[in-house]
Amino acid sequence: MRHLLSVADLGADGIAEVLRLTDSFVEVSGRAIPKVPALRGKTVVSLFYEDSTRTRLSFETAAKRLSADTMTFSVASSSVSKGESLRDTVETIEAMGIDAIVLRHRSAGVPWRVASWVRASVLNAGDGWHEHPTQALLDCYTIRARRGVVAGLRIGIVGDVKHSRVARSDVLAFTALGAEVVLVAPPTLLPPSLEGWPVTVAHRLDDVLGSLDVVYLLRLQRERTTEALIPSLREYRSVYGLTAQRVRRLPADALVMHPGPMNRGVEIDAEVAGDPRSVITAQVTNGVAVRMAVLYLLLGAGSDLVGDRPAGEEPAPVVAAPERVAVGGPERG
Amino acid sequence: MAERTLVIRGGTVVDVTGSRRADVAIRAGLITAVDPAIEAGAGVRVLDASGCVVTPGLVDLHTHLREPGREEAETVETGSRAAALGGYTALVAMPNTEPAIDCAAVARQVLDLGREAVCDVHVAGAITIGREGRRLSPMAELADLGVRLFTDDGAGVQDARLMRRALEYAGALGLTLAQHCEDEALAAGGHMHEGAWSSRLGLPGIPAEAEELMVMRDIALCRLTGARVHFLHVSTSGSVAMVGAAKAQGLPVTAEAAPHHFTLTDAEARSFDPVYKVNPPLRTDADVAAVRRGLADGAIDAIATDHAPHSQEAKEAPWDEAPPGMLGLETAFALALGGLGLPIERVLALLSWQPARIAGIDDRHGAPVEGGRPANLTVLDPAATWVVDPERLASRSRNTPYAGRALTGRARHTVCRGEAVVIDGVAQR
Repeated sequence: MRHLLSVADLGADGIAEVLRLTDSFVEVSGRAIPKVPALRGKTVVSLFYEDSTRTRLSFETAAKRLSADTMTFSVASSSVSKGESLRDTVETIEAMGIDAIVLRHRSAGVPWRVASWVRASVLNAGDGWHEHPTQALLDCYTIRARRGVVAGLRIGIVGDVKHSRVARSDVLAFTALGAEVVLVAPPTLLPPSLEGWPVTVAHRLDDVLGSLDVVYLLRLQRERTTEALIPSLREYRSVYGLTAQRVRRLPADALVMHPGPMNRGVEIDAEVAGDPRSVITAQVTNGVAVRMAVLYLLLGAGSDLVGDRPAGEEPAPVVAAPERVAVGGPERG
Repeated sequence: MAERTLVIRGGTVVDVTGSRRADVAIRAGLITAVDPAIEAGAGVRVLDASGCVVTPGLVDLHTHLREPGREEAETVETGSRAAALGGYTALVAMPNTEPAIDCAAVARQVLDLGREAVCDVHVAGAITIGREGRRLSPMAELADLGVRLFTDDGAGVQDARLMRRALEYAGALGLTLAQHCEDEALAAGGHMHEGAWSSRLGLPGIPAEAEELMVMRDIALCRLTGARVHFLHVSTSGSVAMVGAAKAQGLPVTAEAAPHHFTLTDAEARSFDPVYKVNPPLRTDADVAAVRRGLADGAIDAIATDHAPHSQEAKEAPWDEAPPGMLGLETAFALALGGLGLPIERVLALLSWQPARIAGIDDRHGAPVEGGRPANLTVLDPAATWVVDPERLASRSRNTPYAGRALTGRARHTVCRGEAVVIDGVAQR
């Protein structure tokens, strides 16, 4: 596998492999010196056409812990603001001799276009409303770390699914791993068609809350009220917000998740974020290890391990990788 | 123009009257003889038409020549050359140039450039000044220059009251208003057909209803005013059904469909390659089937290319920033012949004499192949197989969605105003 553009590129086996590898990198991250030489000599560029400090820092931390060199291409201060085309920009960056581009763009599909123009690996760090595959992987890892498995769980994704790359990637990842997904939103915040989506739909959080193993809250952009998609933030909170009252009706072993940044008091009450069932901070922590695993798979010796291996054959032990990789890593995190 | 006699030999003549084996002789811009065997004396140029169909030249109701304003994408010269290579002897240039064709001066500029071109260049005028949907353009003045079709194509006239006035005014002059049907409020922000694919790809959609609402409205306004309405590039099953029903009621409406709307679907967007971005957008399989049925049963009168050149730079933008539109002139005949499953006589009706009538140029184009008529003819080889190579198209732009596709059917020779402008698939100037 050369690029990570969509969760669909991985499939259930690929996701499982990333999660196994993540276990090893979680261990690395816990060391006194959380750094391995796996990607020494490799160069990873962050190319962010849309601000996302948390995703960019998470990728850059992951790359540095693998000993890769990192560069940031800041769009605001660059030639892009002088009218340079997307293709010219990426071809210029590639000409500097780089191995991977971590790409965030406000438009859906841009990572696919860039991948067709360059030899470097392209990692989709979020494209428009479309996909955010590493977010879905860290969400799967976080659920598996707490609940042991993802298969068989009932996961409610609540809020603005229509405009959410997180929701699209999570639906693909959760259902690939065998979870049951219910989308909870008013019709105005759902995609116009759910044809082919292996999900069910509820229009009130209260209708499904007691049956959920995971409540996944999406960020609500405040401008949705001016687009007449919802009447008001107040009404949204009253129907879809995970309020302090609602969280009491959630099963004791349920998880509360959010991709951040949170609108406290809209989709989630301030005190709920601190509830023991909230794994929102763990999502951020696991994000670094998951991105280490993905970079390692695409750029390290692991780049031969995914995709082309004959069925049933174990991956070969890898030099300079964390020791637990060679033995396959534990199934449970 | 060309004084030398031409003889088109060995083909089957197909026109509105039927088909027959015949050679065609041409001199001084006119057809001089149509006969099963014409002797070619000394100094006569013979164009081989064996295995071919000799037909009135194709007529495109919907070409974007981009001149003036966007000459980096296309010019009158390059666009008309692409047309001639596609078998066209006439085209109607859309008025969404910069500046728009909303006054006699700009219309005259394009018409003057067209006089040097290798096919007849007609223009459509804008319905409103600057295509802004506020004030009517000087339609009578434009009509005096020969303009017969008026449209704000690229956008629809949003204001129903203004559209009513435009129809009343144009109707009295015997003109036809052509509508790009799109309700802008409903379509706002959309970049592809709204449906299963847009939902999955996270691209904002344009619902079929954005087109259908305006088709419905303009049928009502046609009934109110009695003026002729032509529906540009109908793309949804609902639009086809409404136009068919309006015709059944005897209303003076006509419609065209673009080759991509009977060839490609919204599934192409999954590549995120803006070469597939067009407006109206590529629709669903069911819509493609409806457009095909409409072309077969007469609900739709014409195939029009909506040839819309864009530079490589413009099409290398992200999907939602790239301009809509695709090339069409050099591939339309093959797509129609190979894709519709209709007899060639029906395909040529849709590509030649029916659009010629809508354009109001049926005295010179699409006319029966008979002595005394202007020699605007095309020799089409229905068996020629070729692979679309964007680098070898005559258009200044490369944005064809059919790159690498093998197509069957191609123009061998094109004769415009008596001049052989394309011989053996090669433009002569």
